Amino acid sequence: MPTLLFKEVGLVKGVGFNAWRRVGSVMQAVTVYNMREVDELVYLDVTATTDKRPPDFESVDELADECFMPLTVGGGVRTVDDVRRLLQVGADKIAVNTVAVDNPAVIREMAQRFGSQCVVVSIDAQRRADRTYEVFTHAGTVATDRDPVSLAQEVEALGAGEILLTSIERDGTMVGYDVELTRRVSEAVSIPVIASGGAGTYAHMAEVLRDGRASAVAAASMFHFTEQTPPEAKRYLREQGFRVRL
Amino acid sequence: MKTVAIVDYGMCNLDSVRRAVEECGGTPIVTDRAEDLETATHIILPGVGSFRDGMQNLRQRSLDVILREQVVGRQIPFLGICLGMQMLAAKGWEGGETDGLGWIDGEVRKLEPAGEDRRIPHIGWNEVAVVGNPPLFDGIGSAKDFYFAHSYHLSCRNEHDVLARTSYCGGFVSAVSRGQILGVQFHPEKSQRVGFRLLRNFLSV
Repeated sequence: MPTLLFKEVGLVKGVGFNAWRRVGSVMQAVTVYNMREVDELVYLDVTATTDKRPPDFESVDELADECFMPLTVGGGVRTVDDVRRLLQVGADKIAVNTVAVDNPAVIREMAQRFGSQCVVVSIDAQRRADRTYEVFTHAGTVATDRDPVSLAQEVEALGAGEILLTSIERDGTMVGYDVELTRRVSEAVSIPVIASGGAGTYAHMAEVLRDGRASAVAAASMFHFTEQTPPEAKRYLREQGFRVRL
Repeated sequence: MKTVAIVDYGMCNLDSVRRAVEECGGTPIVTDRAEDLETATHIILPGVGSFRDGMQNLRQRSLDVILREQVVGRQIPFLGICLGMQMLAAKGWEGGETDGLGWIDGEVRKLEPAGEDRRIPHIGWNEVAVVGNPPLFDGIGSAKDFYFAHSYHLSCRNEHDVLARTSYCGGFVSAVSRGQILGVQFHPEKSQRVGFRLLRNFLSV
């Protein structure tokens, strides 16, 4: 599934959660992905939390009206009412990140009210020198001293329906997913884990699905900056023996 | 003209259904008013959330009674989507034992992990194996992928209510029908080409 990152006025893509480059308009991207029948779309407003903004409900409404595929919306989501309003304007799933660490109890409320299937917890993690991992919040700017595995287990117990797991140092590098990180989290929970951060080739996707035990893969840079496309990725994965929709 | 009443009972996710109906050539009305349901040519009951909350919300608005008059009484073509299909059952267990609309014999139970299929909720695209050649799947056929997002499933008592199955967690019923009462566990409004075809097929019922 392609990830669209929104900042200020347009779509961006960075490296290591930094060095953002403009990559075009949201509606254009959605129209293209509609045509290409991508499986799902993830739309993250990357600076909402650090700018202390709530989600931009109007923009999501416009986007969702043209998006005939499952849409996950994240960025600045903190309350049950944020979730209610986003679902109302057409989001299918909501991604929470910072609030999962600051106020995890709200995840239980969200899941009870709207169902686990629409509560995605987005976990951004960075590898430490000693090969352990640490969770960061606020778009990768605030260290939490939390282990992604224990956080994933905690939010699963609270009712989260999926984990969107992003490796901060692999983000935008296109050198491959952090398979070790993905495997540790996937093996520790029984909800689906979407691997994110580092995709550069179709083979990277196969690797993290197989060795990282991911349920699904997300990618941004490789779809923005290379000739590779979601339908070709799916054909490749089907040839490699994975269950994908063509 | 196809006027499609999309039942608003406070369980969200109505906008994508409304947009999809529009794209498929219908005139959607998102409503909880009896007079709109009386004049609609088609009724869609969408829904995301728990069975208990869903039924409570329907009853609070007397929509269970109004829907029964229109759908069971006047036989208006009806499509339940996801929770909207599950509530057709006589009983559900999500959020505690709760009576459903009872138009389809069966109960709504939690998916149980089976073999490799251990991740619940079942979220994502999966194959829908259609029984026979029902008009709802005209031009789509069997074994196409639709988009699912659910933790519970409708277990039918009568085999002849089963329109399609999906093999996940030991297999579950992914579409039902009894006369013009139809239900799908997946989300046609999010299933792109095949989903729109299914909605167009429903509009021509």
